[in-house]
Order: sequence, then C-alpha cells, then structure tokens
Amino acid sequence: MTEKLVIVGNGMAPGRMLEHLFEKAPGRYEVTIFNAEPRVNYDRIMLSPVLSGEKDYEQIIIHGDGWYIKNGITLYKGHKIVAIDRAAKTITSDRGVTAKYDKLVIATGSTPFILPVPGNNLAGVLSYRDLDDVQAMMLAAQSRSKAVVIGGGLLGLEAAAGLAMQGMDVTVLHLMPTLMERQLDPAAGYLLQRELENRGLKVICKASTKRILGERKVEGVELADGTVIPCTLVVMAAGIRPSAWLGKSAGLDVNRGIVVDDHMQTSDPDIFSVGECAEVGGHVYGLVAPLYEMARVAAAKLAGEDVPGFVHNDTPTKLKVTGIDLFSLGDFADGDDRQEIVLRDASAGVYKRLVIKDNRIIGTVLYGETADGAWFNDLKKKATDITEMRDTLIFGQAYQGGSPLDPMAAVAALPDDAEICGCNGVCKGKIVGTITAKGLSSLDDVRAHTKASASCGSCTGLVEQVMKLALGDSYNPAAVQPMCKCTDLGHDDVRRLIVAKALKTIPAVMQELQWKSSCGCAKCRPALNYYLVADWPGEYEDDYQSRYINERVHANIQKDGTYSVVPRMWGGMTNAKELRAIADVVDKFQIPAVKVTGGQRIDMLGVKKQDLPAVWADLGEAGFVSGAAYAKGLRTVKTCVGSEWCRFGTQDSTGLGIRLEKFMWGSWTPAKLKLAVSGCPRNCAEATCKDIGVICVDSGYEIHFAGAAGLDIKGTEVLGLVKTEDEALEVIVALTQMYREQGRYLERIYKWTKRVGIPEIRKQVLDDVARRKEYFDRFVLSQKFAQVDPWSERVSGKDKHEFKPMATIGMAQAAE
Amino acid sequence: MNWTSIGSITDIPRRGARCVNTPEGKIAVFRTAEDHVFAIDDHCPHKGGPLSQGIVHGSSVTCPLHNWVISLETGKALGADEGAVRTIPVKVEGEQLFIALEALRNKAA
Repeated sequence: MTEKLVIVGNGMAPGRMLEHLFEKAPGRYEVTIFNAEPRVNYDRIMLSPVLSGEKDYEQIIIHGDGWYIKNGITLYKGHKIVAIDRAAKTITSDRGVTAKYDKLVIATGSTPFILPVPGNNLAGVLSYRDLDDVQAMMLAAQSRSKAVVIGGGLLGLEAAAGLAMQGMDVTVLHLMPTLMERQLDPAAGYLLQRELENRGLKVICKASTKRILGERKVEGVELADGTVIPCTLVVMAAGIRPSAWLGKSAGLDVNRGIVVDDHMQTSDPDIFSVGECAEVGGHVYGLVAPLYEMARVAAAKLAGEDVPGFVHNDTPTKLKVTGIDLFSLGDFADGDDRQEIVLRDASAGVYKRLVIKDNRIIGTVLYGETADGAWFNDLKKKATDITEMRDTLIFGQAYQGGSPLDPMAAVAALPDDAEICGCNGVCKGKIVGTITAKGLSSLDDVRAHTKASASCGSCTGLVEQVMKLALGDSYNPAAVQPMCKCTDLGHDDVRRLIVAKALKTIPAVMQELQWKSSCGCAKCRPALNYYLVADWPGEYEDDYQSRYINERVHANIQKDGTYSVVPRMWGGMTNAKELRAIADVVDKFQIPAVKVTGGQRIDMLGVKKQDLPAVWADLGEAGFVSGAAYAKGLRTVKTCVGSEWCRFGTQDSTGLGIRLEKFMWGSWTPAKLKLAVSGCPRNCAEATCKDIGVICVDSGYEIHFAGAAGLDIKGTEVLGLVKTEDEALEVIVALTQMYREQGRYLERIYKWTKRVGIPEIRKQVLDDVARRKEYFDRFVLSQKFAQVDPWSERVSGKDKHEFKPMATIGMAQAAE
Repeated sequence: MNWTSIGSITDIPRRGARCVNTPEGKIAVFRTAEDHVFAIDDHCPHKGGPLSQGIVHGSSVTCPLHNWVISLETGKALGADEGAVRTIPVKVEGEQLFIALEALRNKAA
C-alpha cells in the first residue's frame, strides 16, 4: 500500500529530498507537490547568472516536467497552501484543491525582508528571490536608467552586478561600514568595494534608508542624512526571513523558523520541514549545503532508515560575480585567544587571512586568489594541527613540503575525503570513484552522476582538475563542446571545414570529418543539412530525411499527431477573398480549431496528415503560400499600419514589412527568424523584442536586432540608423546573411550576437559598405533556389509518399 | 506465421518510414540507410508520438515530439529513458515486404 506524501513548496531542498527518497524507497510514496511558483524546480543559486545574462532559465532547471511525470508526481503549479487540517490530515490550496496526506513536508522557504519605510510598496520596488523577480529586473533594466540596491550582502551585490551588466547605473546602499560584513573582514570588504567601484557601481556604506520617494512609481531613495538618490528601480536585498507562517497557523512549534529535530520532524510526527523555513538546533539556514543535508536526512527518515541526524557545519561563502574571487569560511573575528596570518598583495588585489586558535584554523577569508579554499576548509573541518606548516600555511597547499607550484599537484595531494563541491557535499574520492566505475569522460556526465559543481558551479575548475587527475591527458577541459556524440568537433569547426574542404553532401562531411556513427543522429543531421543548404546554394540537394518532421511535411506537428497549417499573410495584411478561402477550407476539411497567431496570421489546427496536400491545394488557389510557421527560417514580418493610416506614422511600415517578407521568404536560417516593422517609436508592431526589428522615425529607419521574447526576454540592440528604405532592406538582408553563415544550428540571433559581439556585426554589415554588398549578393543568390513554395510542390505530387499510408490491411481491405 | 504483403521496399525512402493501417492500430515500417526493414507500433512509449515521423539514424528513430530515441530492433527506449514499443516481424522477399500481425495470425489459426 503506497502512502501519500504531500509537499508544500517545490524548491531545491524538497527536490533533492525526493531524489534521495526515490533512490532509497522507490514506490513507497505517492507524491503530490503544491508550488506557489508556477514552474518546476530550478536552481535558485543560479539566478544571479540569469540576471547578468550569462545563463538562461532553461539552463538552470533541475527537474524538467519529464521528471515529475516519470516519478508519478502530481505537481500543482501556482497553488498556495492556505490551510492544514492536522486532525483530518488534509491540506487545502488557495485554488480550492484539497489533498490528504500520510506524511507532510513543509518546504516554504523564506521571504525577503522588506524595509519598513514609507514608499516600500511603490511600483518599481522589487525583492530578489525568484525567477519572477529576475525577469522583472531584466525588464526594468531595459530602460538603462538608475537603480538602487538596498543591502550590500551576498544577494544584494549579485543583484547589483547583474543589473550593471544589463546596462543600469547602480548604487548599492549598505547599512554597515563595510560590504558583506558577515562574511568578510573590513580589509576584504574594502577590496571588494574597490573592485565593484572599478566596474562602475556606486557603493554607499553606513547608508540608512529613510524612505522611498515617488507618487505611484519609484523616483528615488532618501537617506537618513538627507541625501536623495534618483532611480526608477529599487531592489530590496536586506536579508531573508524563514517563511514559517504555515507551520504557525497549523499550531506547530515555531521559533524563527518551524522548529524541527535533527531528523527534520516537527512537533507533529507526521509533519516534516526542510529548507530555509526550518529551524534546527537553533539555526536557520540560507546556503544550499546545509539545506541539502536536511534533504538527505529527511529522505532517510521518510524511507524508514535510521541515520545520524543533522549536524551544524560552517559553510564556505562565495560571491557569484564573474571575475571576483572571494571565499569566506567560519569565524574571523579578532580575539585574545586567536592569532591571524595575513597575506596582502595590493597591486594584484590579493588578500588572504587565516584565523588560528589552538593551532587550528577556525576562519578563512580569501580575496582575489581562492584556489586554496578547499584545502583550508578541509584543514578546518578536520581540525588539523597546523603547527608544522605554520610558516608557509598562507601560501597554500602547493607550498607545503616543497612541492612545485602546480595546481594539479595541489589537487593530487588532496585526500580522498576532501570536499570539492560544498553545495552538494561531494568529496574527491566520490568523484574519482564514480568516474572510474561508470567510465565518465565529460563534465556533464560527472555532474549528472555525482552532482559535483551542479549547483552554484563555482567549484567547476576544481572538479575539472579532479577529472584531469582521474582521466589523464584524455580529458581536456578547454575543448569545445562537440556537436553531438557522433563527432568531437564543435559547430564552428564543422562549418569552417565544410567550406574549407568543399564538402557538399552529408556523407562527405561524415567521411572527411571522421564521424563516429554510420549515419549521424537526430542532433547532427539537421544541423549538417542546414549548413550545407546555407553554404552551397544551388549545388546541395536538400536531404529531407535529415529534417525534422515539421520541415519535412511543411506543417507543425501537434501533440496528437495532427498538424497545424499557417499560410503567409504578407506583413499581416489580408482581404475578404483570402479570409473566405480560409473559411471554406476550414469547413471542407472540418478543421477543429482556428487561431490568430502572435505573428499576425491565421493558424488552422488539427489537420490530418493525409488531408494536408488537399488543404494546400485549396489555399494555393486563393493565392496563399506556406507561412513557414514550422521553419528554422524566415517566419513572420509583423507590421503596424504606419503612415498609410496612422496619424502618428512616420514611414510606410506596412509597405516595408511586406517588401522585406517578399524578399526574404523561403530562406533558411540557423534558428527561426521573426521580424517586425513599427511606423513610429510608439512601436505598435513590438519590433524591439524581435530577431530583427525596424523602428521608423522622421529621419529614416532605426534598425534593431537580437531581441527575444520567449524563454528569454530581451530588448533589441540598435544596429544603426539608415536614411532610405532601400538601405534598410540591404542592411537587414546583409545582417541575416552574416547570421546564416556564422550562426550555429538552433542558435537564435541574440545568442549568436552575444558570441560575435555587436561592434563586429555593426562593422561588417553597416559600416563596411562593400562587405555589406557581398553579404547581400550571397543572400540574393541563395534565394534563387530557396524561393519555391513547398506547398505547391507537394500539391503537384512531390513526396506524396509522406502523406498516405503505405498499406491498409485487415480492415479496409474487407470493405473493398 | 501468417505473412501479409504491405508493398515494396522502394515505397519507403532510405532513413525513412511509412505507416500501415491495421486493426491493431498504426504500424510504422522503417527502412534504414543499409536497407534493413523494421516494423514497430507507431506510438512512442513516452507520450504516444508518431515514431514514423521521426528522424531515422543507424537502426534507431528519434521521436518527433520529445526526442526519445527508440531502437528499431528491440523497440526499447535508448539512453536514460525507459519504455518499449511492440516490434512486429518483417520479412523481405526480393523487394516485397511482409509483416506478421498477431490478430491476423490468430484468425488464420
């Protein structure tokens, strides 16, 4: 009989707990999760890299939807629990769902501390806690205006650095005299402040916030000394509070957090609590390592195992701001019974301090040079007597016993039980052992199997050194990511070699570049097909068997195996004849759903595959061609009505949009390409979140590119202003061709831009007129072969095998 | 076994598939680059995606819906995923293809 396990909260602690639980007691529990956030479990430690733009949401997901399905978990997204009935053993969500539990786990995490000052509820005041906050900050950052971050601790500084990288002018307000005073001594705090100021951040310490100014929206922050800092965004990062109210309302013992014993059991033996909301041994925690330890202990308890309880341990702190190395551990206050060893190198920006008591390390602060952090942590943890090496201790492990200064030697010298990954508590021996036992060879594999460096990632370098140690020269951490398992070459090398060696078929590429599989895989074949289509127009014969189904049958497959059909509506314009033809097709083929798309056209959903050619034939008669809504190629060109109708329009945006679409349709690109043209800066066509956009102004055409409005939200970059429509067309086409020639398959234009750099792109397609013309000409040549309507080809009989069964046996035969 | 003719090997593109409608549901018949022919249920064990629409590589197919890779020889999901589809016996005589279906077999018996 399975028991019902209900979990409130879907963060990293309960996620890890379930991983352990499914391993220890598979099938014992039927699991239901209520998550107030409308999404799956993701790595909150990585929100800072998302904010700074170094990672995106997909990359920080820990458990995708598939994981929940695979483990039979019912996940209620966006449900907040409002009541626990301990007598009936049920809980109820704000959306009215009630679930019965045998065991309940409360993992509601923490809530940000909002300063009790006037104006703290104005629009533009954010906290920094979840993905919604990050997305709101990224959106606010597009204004490129001023932001104030209140709080100079770990979270506040990461938020400030991220906002600065997004182009905002950021001021950090910190109540204490030096930054991160809980983790850093004043000297390191000062070095950190100097480094942040070098990066353009303003830091004001001893700053007491008096109020936030503004009518409805934030306009500034006023300090107790009367200083006013104008800004449009305020981020409160002044600490977190355990979110324990649910436990309190259920009558559980609650102190700062929900009080649990060392096996995570609350005062009700059927209710557990893990994560930031739990208080164990008088401590509440905010760093991931102890939270994961709670998860491990709770899982064991739920699985009925008898394991030692949770023990408090100091966790090292690291700041996740690219280019700033900082490590802090333990207790570093001065004291009569303590000595310190300090090393400073002002010009190199290095500061190291060890706090020693009774010949043992009790605290460590490292700034600028943190490689020895793991070693110092190990010495502290084991309370090693350092008397023998005291003279050279501060220089690090490599200097002990006269061994040469070689990072590999340092890692080699670490004992097997030395902790490499603090977040996940993974030691060196476990990594080496797993590599050997499972034959792992890549960092991804090691992360998947051991979790080392899979959370905050700051120990990645160390993990790679351990891998190098275990694997020898066969592991090269600097190597490029291969395209797929069929080759060791990366996308860029493959593209380069296709041109350099004049490889013009997929078998030729595989032969010459020594593919490891006989005919590739579903990852490399579509990529190679695109590269060959793009590089050898007119010479390469498209390999349909290497295209995804959507591009093979020129429609979008739906979850039930039917297809959706979207014809082109040039620039979003249509007329009665076209609409009538669509209506007729919908009636004739009994198409179950018709929808207006975000790209200003009409989608017919639920078309049976065998009906596709007939549907296309009827649409074709009305003059429609394929809208390529399925293609890694030109999709839509969205427009507003422009100067033709609008009293604000400055140019004929509709006309330019149609011209662009007619010029560029049929072209294949590394990933989908969506355009828009707005007739004035009011931007009704939403051109500033497109792959390429145009904002018409009185003086001409402002060309934008590299926007995103999907998994990522990103405003466009401005490429430049051109005076005429002809020039706008030429620049946009040249930009597209440059992307076609250099982009990696499935890499959207904004990711390609990030790799290549805006100045380089601007130079090649805007400033260098001759170069621009060459790109333009190559695009035009390629279009000669690409602008063939795939629908009419298929109406004429091409690939007809695709659209009907090979045979019908057993049933229809009898009917004949 | 009771073999039913379903057509010629040339009806299927290399590294491709065609469907056969049967009383037991849709069956996907695959032809690999080396002209090996396999038949499996056209129904991915994950979410029922039409495997016949996937990309064929080696003797596997990648489901078009969520990229599960299914072995055409065993019907089993490869890699980290777990699940399997039914495989159906296929016979090649010259260019002609035959499959043996259970229901039809029983009828014959």
